[in-house]
Amino acid sequence: MSKGSPISPSLMATKSAGAPKAPERADRTADHAVVVADLAAVSPVLGPNNVVPPTVMTGSQAIVRSLEELGVDDIFGLPGGAILPTYDPLMASSMNHVLVRHEQGAGHAAQGYAMVTGRVGVCIATSGPGATNLVTAIMDAHMDSVPLVAITGQVSSGVIGTDAFQEADIVGITMPITKHSFLVTDPNDIPHVMAEAFHLASTGRPGPVLVDVAKDAQVGQMTFSWPPRVDLPGYRPVTRGHNKQVREAAKLIAAARKPVLYVGGGVVKAHASAELLALAEATGAPVVTTLMAKGAFPDSHPQHMGMPGMHGTVSAVTALQQSDLLITLGARFDDRVTGVLKTFAPMAKVIHADIDPAEISKNRTADVPIVGSVKEIIPELTDAVRTQFEAAGTPDLTTWWAFLNNLKGTYPLGWTEPDDGLTAPQKVIERIGALTGPEGIYVAGVGQHQMWAAQFIKYERPHAWLNSGGAGTMGYAVPAAMGAKVGEPDRVVWAIDGDGCFQMTNQELATCAINNIPIKVAVINNSSLGMVRQWQTLFYEGRYSNTDLNTGHDTVRIPDFVKLGEAYGCASFRCERDEDIDATIQKALEINDRPVVIDFVVSPNSMVWPMVPAGVSNDQIQVARNMTPEWEEED
Amino acid sequence: MSRHTLSVLVEDKPGVLTRVASLFARRAFNINSLAVGPTEVPGISRMTVVVDADGDLIEQVTKQLNKLINVIKIVELTPESSVQRDHILVKVRADAATRLQVTQAADLFRASVVDVSTDSVVIEATGHPEKLTALLSVLEPFGIREIVQSGTLAVGRGSRSMSDRALRSA
Repeated sequence: MSKGSPISPSLMATKSAGAPKAPERADRTADHAVVVADLAAVSPVLGPNNVVPPTVMTGSQAIVRSLEELGVDDIFGLPGGAILPTYDPLMASSMNHVLVRHEQGAGHAAQGYAMVTGRVGVCIATSGPGATNLVTAIMDAHMDSVPLVAITGQVSSGVIGTDAFQEADIVGITMPITKHSFLVTDPNDIPHVMAEAFHLASTGRPGPVLVDVAKDAQVGQMTFSWPPRVDLPGYRPVTRGHNKQVREAAKLIAAARKPVLYVGGGVVKAHASAELLALAEATGAPVVTTLMAKGAFPDSHPQHMGMPGMHGTVSAVTALQQSDLLITLGARFDDRVTGVLKTFAPMAKVIHADIDPAEISKNRTADVPIVGSVKEIIPELTDAVRTQFEAAGTPDLTTWWAFLNNLKGTYPLGWTEPDDGLTAPQKVIERIGALTGPEGIYVAGVGQHQMWAAQFIKYERPHAWLNSGGAGTMGYAVPAAMGAKVGEPDRVVWAIDGDGCFQMTNQELATCAINNIPIKVAVINNSSLGMVRQWQTLFYEGRYSNTDLNTGHDTVRIPDFVKLGEAYGCASFRCERDEDIDATIQKALEINDRPVVIDFVVSPNSMVWPMVPAGVSNDQIQVARNMTPEWEEED
Repeated sequence: MSRHTLSVLVEDKPGVLTRVASLFARRAFNINSLAVGPTEVPGISRMTVVVDADGDLIEQVTKQLNKLINVIKIVELTPESSVQRDHILVKVRADAATRLQVTQAADLFRASVVDVSTDSVVIEATGHPEKLTALLSVLEPFGIREIVQSGTLAVGRGSRSMSDRALRSA
């Protein structure tokens, strides 16, 4: 290595594809470096790649035409000065544009749409405040790897930098929270930039891409032709895992006595649930699905241990803590899963498969790193495991399963009835799930209701559970549910929201009512910012600083959610008694001609359990206040 | 913390320097120096980034840099396998009495005097950071008025070209 040594050959591979005999190979991780993805075989331009001969048109027409050629059907947005030119040809387009009431709603709707369809979600806003209103949704999509293209208008290129009216450097503002961004000042760049944006958003590790188009580039004339040439010399995601690494992983699996499949949102994004099921059954290992992966593996499957992490099940948390091998698939060792990192799964070796090389060994060092798509890696790993088991014998996991099944039986998820006689919020959520069934789509806000929706609704299929995991964006539920319903109009879509979250973005109920997007909103109304209140109960001696929202029982009820729902043209109900829960949910399920809002007035005293308090090891998991499970003696 | 020199080939596009700089800021990576300029290939610029980081961290730095779409290729240049140079301009107080001593000191470091006035000289020097530090400590007693210093530039020894290989595969 006299000519300079690259640090991580896996990355060199990413960046210098087509060089299987790459001269720059270091010894350490060279074995997961080969790039096999033959991108040349598949066009990087999304959509049917219709051939459009050179045609003169305006930049705005080119934006609309590019979206059409890329196969876009639905767009969420709100016009304004700097994007006005583009809204004109949009009127004549066959694409469905949903006019939102706030740009943040457009962003979350595009996310919800992307999460249920697997396609790129598209949102449009104007310059300045229009663009900055998208920032929360862009950041949310970045944290949860959601394919999103945000198109924003920008002031004319001649006045960029002069603090012009509604000018904001949105490319600069969103730089740390986008996968990539473009500022377009020449209309001739529009087709290739649009194609590149969609390619970047939807391939590799998905994420948000911003396309900021100056007003003069929208107005100016250009020559449109399709498909454009995609020129991204620095972007070559690895999709196929290295064979040798896969075989190494299979060896570790064959040698493990306490393996766990640690499954993250990447498995949902890669549409690899069927492949995961085959691997799980081939290995016989327990499966934990993170908050982002709920539904990637059926909750009803006997190998499913539940959700790990701060509010995970005792069986899932303990399975990871006691494990001798984590088979990590599309997960990222988030702090909400690991607790204090250095005490996380202390005995475990780690196999880590992820499409983003930067996730591997970021938080926890991997013993066997595999860079690639879990869609391709999991089947190969399954085959390798079968071969390994045939050669070396199927490992005996009886002791491990006896331990885990005992935990699962001893510490099931559950709740206690609140001491104030009000309804238990968990019960409402459990009934919504039970009466709607696994074919429904459930979209949560952020907080206690989110955790209960993750815990007490049974997920049997991927893309049925949407929430703001990494970002924790209050206000996600209503607009994301709206987007999900546009993407999957035949499914029942529930927004399970809190009274705090609901007040952040409920104006999109107008969008839903007017555009015939009949979502169902269950406001789990505990009259407070419940999760914060829970922490105040547990860690701040019950001093409830600024968490009372006055929307619940025995309060002024401002706003009155029933009246608010009615004002927005929604069927609206209030449910305050346990005996009315089922009937109210049934009534909501029967209404499909308009959105439904239900104000479920519940107890503010219910808390989310189990819980691993912040800053301690996962071994300190509590099943109820100050109650830690009794661990069986290890043999 | 150990020092690492990364050569980074990037597309010469607006904002690419901002992307690199903001990545270092956001991830709390520590840049010691950064130098950027065009290469022999039109449209491709080369950055030399000197980073203080330990083994695991430098791997994260590289991986995160590689995620930037405009970054084409990264190579770490070790001191043994590369030539690394800093460039410095120093304005030193020098009147008729001390000018000769100052210019002699510069000669010893193979630095050159590029500007002279009645009470000062500007000295230009190129070399390893250690050499430049030594030069500065020799000049210090005369009175240093100003220092302007470039980031480190580095190139691998031997005939191979980083951009050549990167482009062939791109």
